Order: sequence, then structure tokens, then C-alpha cells
Amino acid sequence: MSKRIDVSGLSAYYGSFRAIEDISMTVEPRTVTAFIGPSGCGKSTFLRTLNRMHEVTPGGRVEGKVMLDEENLYGTGVDPVAVRREVGMVFQRPNPFPTMSVYDNVAAGLRLSGSYKKSELGDIVEKSLKGANLWNEVKDRLNKPGSGLSGGQQQRLCIARAIAVEPKVLLMDEPCSALDPISTLAIEDLIGELKERFTIVIVTHNMQQAARVSDKTAFFNLAAVGQPGKLIEIDDTERIFSNPSVQATEDYISGRFG
Amino acid sequence: MDITTKNSDANPPAAPQPPTAEEKRAARGATRLGDRVFLGLSRGSGILLLVVMAAIAIFLTYRAAIAISKDEGNFLTTFEWNTNATPPVFGVAVLAFGTVISSIIAMVIAVPVAVAIALFLTHYAPRKLSGPIAYVIDLLAAVPSIVYGLWGALILVPNMKGLFGWLNDYFGWTGIFSWQEGAPRSMLTVGILLAIMILPVITNVSREVFRQTPRMNEEAALALGATRWEVIRMAVLPFGRSGVISASMLGLGRALGETMAVATVLSPSFLIQTSLLDPGGGTFAQNIAAKFGEATEYGRDALIASGLVLFVITLVVNGAARAIIARRAEYSGANA
Amino acid sequence: MSTVVAEKPTGSMQGARLPKWFTVALAAGSAALGIGISFAAGLDSSIQWALIAAILFIVGTYVIATVVEGKRQAKDRIATSLVWVAFMLAVVPLVSLVWTTVVRGVKVLDVYFLTHSMGVVADSETGGGIYHAIIGSLEQVGLATLMGAPIGILTAVYLVEYGHGKLAKAVTFFVDVMTGIPSIVAGLFILSIMLQFQMQPFGFAGSLALAILMMPVVVRSTEEMLKLVPNELREASLALGIPKWRTILKVVLPTAIGGITTGVMLAVARIAGETAPVLLLVFGNPFINNNPFEGAQASLPLYIYQQYAGGTDASYDRAWAAALTLIAFVMILNLGARAIARWKAPKTGR
Repeated sequence: MSKRIDVSGLSAYYGSFRAIEDISMTVEPRTVTAFIGPSGCGKSTFLRTLNRMHEVTPGGRVEGKVMLDEENLYGTGVDPVAVRREVGMVFQRPNPFPTMSVYDNVAAGLRLSGSYKKSELGDIVEKSLKGANLWNEVKDRLNKPGSGLSGGQQQRLCIARAIAVEPKVLLMDEPCSALDPISTLAIEDLIGELKERFTIVIVTHNMQQAARVSDKTAFFNLAAVGQPGKLIEIDDTERIFSNPSVQATEDYISGRFG
Repeated sequence: MDITTKNSDANPPAAPQPPTAEEKRAARGATRLGDRVFLGLSRGSGILLLVVMAAIAIFLTYRAAIAISKDEGNFLTTFEWNTNATPPVFGVAVLAFGTVISSIIAMVIAVPVAVAIALFLTHYAPRKLSGPIAYVIDLLAAVPSIVYGLWGALILVPNMKGLFGWLNDYFGWTGIFSWQEGAPRSMLTVGILLAIMILPVITNVSREVFRQTPRMNEEAALALGATRWEVIRMAVLPFGRSGVISASMLGLGRALGETMAVATVLSPSFLIQTSLLDPGGGTFAQNIAAKFGEATEYGRDALIASGLVLFVITLVVNGAARAIIARRAEYSGANA
Repeated sequence: MSTVVAEKPTGSMQGARLPKWFTVALAAGSAALGIGISFAAGLDSSIQWALIAAILFIVGTYVIATVVEGKRQAKDRIATSLVWVAFMLAVVPLVSLVWTTVVRGVKVLDVYFLTHSMGVVADSETGGGIYHAIIGSLEQVGLATLMGAPIGILTAVYLVEYGHGKLAKAVTFFVDVMTGIPSIVAGLFILSIMLQFQMQPFGFAGSLALAILMMPVVVRSTEEMLKLVPNELREASLALGIPKWRTILKVVLPTAIGGITTGVMLAVARIAGETAPVLLLVFGNPFINNNPFEGAQASLPLYIYQQYAGGTDASYDRAWAAALTLIAFVMILNLGARAIARWKAPKTGR
């Protein structure tokens, strides 16, 4: 049950500083969309506006519209807490709850939303861990602290935690930047599987990664430091990497800057 | 002072340019001397500290032994403090009870409130407000206890009557909260005053701990669709638990040893009141301050003996705190 | 798998929210109702109506929020209210403390008060002052600082710069233990020595006890500060062939001096307010005694206690005025310490 994201005229601010300006794009369900661009171009900020995490930052403010199918995330009366149930997120550094076991980490989101029977909960935890390709590695240590896993395992644990609550969209903010190549590969494989069930948006600094995992790629850039970041173009990944329509995109991809 | 033991760090590192043998010897002589003196001084200070600790234990024990050897009562169980009598009769039972009870009351009130204020400052209050408030609470932690005592005796005590009457009306049947209309200079008042005193201390440390909750753990909870309270339950409180425990122990240590605030507020007697509202009882520190003026040399030794018990209690509390923190260390998240 | 939540109606994120004025309105309503009930029932204690109002408010929030917004939001609201209530509850006594001290303290606090002693002034008489107590406090605290600060700093230097072995571990452990010593126990320790050698109370005895209380505080804060000094600085200096002791004196300590000063000032502020050891060892004296090494002396905190014990209006006035003076002294030290800390903070480059 993944959903379409339709962004129009979106700007985000930190206090009076405008971090991103007037972004519009559509993300189709069951696809992987990669955001690339130089540091500070606002791609992470933009990602965080998609589940209303941006406003958690002090001074964070958003203008514009983000439609999730028929519903505006920033409409009146929309509860940001409910939004985040629909739009899950995986962060740059693996952040399992350090005081919780592997099992409790995966169950954390489920426990928030109310009453599951013990067996039900166990089933969902198992399913989620299998979905994150982690089950075989942790099934004997479900009651050990989640912080005892390796970095790559921790990140997959975080993915399991995010998908356990069945979101419609999964946002990933540079999910592999803190991981070694083998763990990265595991996550990339996982992304390929997850897109069958979720709309996935991933921010990455790694161009090859964007090329490997995504169907569409969006390139962000900023005119100068202190200027707001903008969406330069979004297109099929193949086109972006072979024949982009904007010169700046080509310069960036071919390594001429950034 | 032993300054010749091994300490390779104390050797001067090789000079960048190889100097002549003569220069080398001269330099080494000079630096060795300087290093030795400095190391000696600093190590000596450390040793002095140990000596002081040992001396405290030895002198207190020695003088206490003098007193206890002549005590006709049982030092631990006697409900009396009569050191001028022949033979002298005294015991610490009432003091131990009062010290523990008043500290428990203080902790029961102060810890939840302090944790709530710490959360208020880190997660609820508007940013512009929380900075100055935290600063003021920081300063309040420095207000001398005698000022709390003065305020407690002259302001808090008269204002306790309403609460005491109310407690007596509705909870008097429990026996613990019955009140015979005496001046409210009782254990409950002492406990409340101690709570107010240790509140800034516990708040400060807890706030510091909560502030250090990894941002990414809070965001993880938020991204799962947690409300603010759920974020606190999932990420902030588990992370801060051991910090709050040590903060509480710090507060408890203060409450146990507090002298002036208790001495000014409590109306002491050498019996254990079943009601927390009726005046009476005493604490170690309060009893020492109150009885010291009239005490003979022997009486002072007896007070020293009671002080030794207080010392041991605080040591046990501090040790327990450290043990708790050590046990929780692996789950504290500080290593993440 | 996706069927579990598939049937959610559209607009599922449209959580019904209570309006923003809800909390304020409910609080006002509860307060009014609380007062109303109290009047009706003939209760006159402010604690009672406040308690009734608080209970009404909390129950009201929970019920209404559960109905409108759901259980999780209701819990969140309860937590928010409780946190606010706790804060306001704590503010009342703390504000009252400061307010009373200032208001009642200024009554007799003037130049005369600061420059006269209590010699030949009875408890019930007005007049008299705290000159002798200020002298006593300054001398006792000054002497304590002269002993406690260097020993504390040197111990911290030992622990950070030299200590790795068993001795360092023991010192660290006992510094921790020492931090927890109640002030009255430190007083009793010196008292036991005085009893042993048949000595009479004098100012310096108090200083010794205060120094014991000061040392662990200074050790801890200095240790923290020395640990903040980057190791590169030490290595750079050592690599230039500068001996270790000069490296510590000329590089490490100057880098951390701001923080160390702050720590010492905070420790001074702490011992300046200590009453219990002074009561046991210095005893108090209504007359001026400039010699801390002989005869009983006064001190500010002890003066407050004795004026309180005097039990008359005139002595209460003096107690408040002395309390205000003491608080002012402690606060100035604290504010100064913080200013220095901010001003001289080592730039970590982050």
C-alpha cells in the first residue's frame, strides 16, 4: 500500500534563513527516488519536510504543500504524529534505542499505537526483521541490547523498526554513509526488495549508489553558500546519469564540482 | 615523601638537537629537580587527601569509642540522650529514624518534581524561557542552607498549618497524618524543607543529563510517530536513568547530613512520633547542633559517636549509588 | 502484510485536535470551580482550593482529550500539564525564599549594620551589626581557601597529569567519598582533634573543616578542566624539549585557568555558607576578634543562626539582613565565576 507524494511550491526555513526554495516534484508509488547534490543544498532538509520532521528543529518552518495521495501533510488539523506513522524514516547514523533489546526496538513503534497480543507482536517483529534481511542474524539474540549489533546490522534493525508499523513511504537519509561496503551492499539489496511495498526516497552522497538503487534521481543545488537550495531537475535515473538536461547536473555527476 | 618511584612520564623528552654531553647532564639535572619537586608536591597533595580521610575515620572512631564505652544504654537502641547523667545514657535510635524518615520524605517529594522540572526545561518550556530559568535554578543551588533554615522556620512553618489541618481531616485516620494542633515543626515540615533545598541540585544534574540525550534517539522515536511524552518515555528517560539516580543520591546525601535547616525548623524530642505531623524526633546533624552548646567534653564525644554513624550512613548511600550506576552502565547508552 | 492497516479511511492523518485555547480555558475554569467549591464547602486554605483545581484540571484534560483526540494524545497532555504543574509548584517556595530574604533583609541593612558588631547589644534590642561576622567569615573562608585550593588543584594535576597507578585510583575513590562527607562530620573531625589536645574554639579550626569540605570540590572541577586541555598542546610543548613540570605550569594550567578559577570560586561560595562546622569549632562571638588563631570568632552563617535563635523581632530582622548579605556575597561569587567561565572558556574549535 505505498502512496504517491506530490510536492508543490515547498520552501523550508530555519528561523529567517530559507534553506530550500519553491520545490515541486512527484514521487510515484513503488519506486525509489534518489536525491543527490552538493553538501548544504538542502536535500536532507527537503527529505525531512516529507514527514514533518523538519519542524522538530528549533526555528524550523515550512511553506507549501505535500500531498500524500489525496491528503496534504501540512493541511489544517493534520497531526504531525499521525503523518510520521504514514511516512517512516531511517537516519544517517544507525540509531537503535540503546536501552532496548533487538525485539523491543522493532516493537517500539507498534507498542505506541496500542494493543497487540503478544503472539501478534512476535509475528510482526519476525516479519519485519525478515523484511529487513536481519532475522537470521539476530533470531538467537532478540533479547540482547540492540546497540550490541554491528553498524550494518543496527541500520537494518532501524529499517525493521521503521517498516514494522507499515508506513506508506520510507525516507532514508544517507542510510549507508556510516557503513562499510559490505553492509552498504546489504542495505542496497534490501532497498530493491522494499520498493515492492513502499514508496522510497533516499538521500545519498554516493553517485554510484543513486545509479544502482533508484528509478528516478533528483538533483539539488544552491547558487552560493547562504542561498537557498533548489531542485535543479528530476528525471529517470538512467537519463540523469547519461544525458541530463541541465548543464549543472552534468558537471556535478562528472565530478566537476561538489 | 616518596618521589623516587617509577614514573617514566617524569623523564624529560629528548631535545630536538642533540646537545653536548655536558649540556645534557646540566639540563637533566635541572629538569629532574623541577620535575621531582613538582611531582612530589602534586602527589603529596593526593597523599595528604588520603591521610585526611584516614584521620577522619581514626579520630572519629577513637573519640566515639571513648563515649560508647561508658554508655549505660544501648548505643543503637536507646531512646534517650542524657550524657550529663551519671552514669550517662544515650542511643541513636531516634536520630537514625528521624534522619531516614525526613530524607525519605524529601526524596519522595523532590525527585519526581525535579525530574519534571528538568524535563520542563529541556523539552517543554519555550527556549527563551528555559535558559534563564535554568540559570536561576543553578544559582538557587548555591543558596546557603542556613538561609533555607531561616526561611523554613519563619515562613514555611506558619504556612504549614493549613496543609496539616487538611491532612488531619482527611487522612488523620491513617495515624501517620494525624495532628494534635501543635506547632507544625514536625518531620513532615522538615522533609518538605529538605525537598525544597535539594530540588535545585537534583534538577540541575538531571537537566544536564537529559540535555545530553542523543538527538538521533529522540528523532528515531519521533519518526516512529511518537508524541512528545512517548519520545521522553522511549528515548530521554531510559538514557537519563542512571544520571537521575546519581543526582538523587547527591540530593539524598545532602538531606541526610543537613544540619541548620533541620535545627531551625524541627522541634526535637527523644521519642519516635507515629505521626509525621506531630513535632518530635530528631536527626543526627540536628541533634549535634542542638546539644553541642550544653555538652561537656564527654557529651561532645557522644555527639562525635553519633556523627560517626551519620558518616557511615552517608558512605553506604554513596557506595550504593555508585554500585547502581556501575550496574546500569552497559544499558545507559552513554557508550553508544 | 499490508492488509493489516489497509482499511484505514482516507484522512487518517486528520487527527482531531483540541483548539489551542483549550488548556488555558480549562485551567481557568478549574481554578474558578476550585475556588467556588472551596467557598461553598467553607474551606479556607489556599492549598485546598489549589489542590481541588489541580485535580479538576488533570481529570478534565484527560477525559476531554481522550474523547476528542484519543488516549495517546490524552496521555501526552497529562504529562505536559504535570510537568508544568511541577514547575509552578517548585517556583512558589523558591521565589518566596528569595523574595522574603530581600524584602525583610533590606529593613535593617545599612552602612551602620555593616560596620558595627553585636558587642553589648542584647537579642531584643535593635541596632548592632555584622562587622565582626564579616571579618570572621572572610578570615575563615580566606584561610580555608589558602589551604584547600592549592591542595585541590595540585591533587587534580597529579590525577590528570601523573596518576595512573594504584595511588591515583585510591585518591580518585576517596575524593568521591570526601565529596559526600556532611559538613557537620567534617566539623566533628576537627572537634575530635581539639578535644584530644584540649583546645578552645578559634577561627582557624573552622578554616580547617571548611578546607576539608572545599578540597574535593576543587579537585573535581579542576580535573574536569584539565581533561579539556587538548593533548596536542602537551605534546607540542614536550616535543620542544620543555620539561614536564614547566609544560604543566606554563601550558596546561594557563589554558585551563579560567575553568579552574570558576571551580575555586564556586567552592568558596559553597563553604562561605557553611554553618555547622563553624558552630562547633569557632563558636561565635558578639565582639570583634581579628585574630583567627586565638579565641572564638563570629561568622555570617553562624550569626544568622544565632540571631534566629535569639527569637525576638529585632534579632529576626538582623538575621534576615545578614542572610541577604550572605546571599549577595554567594551570588556575586557565583555570577563572577560564571562570567569568568564564559569569558575564559578554552576555545574547543567546535
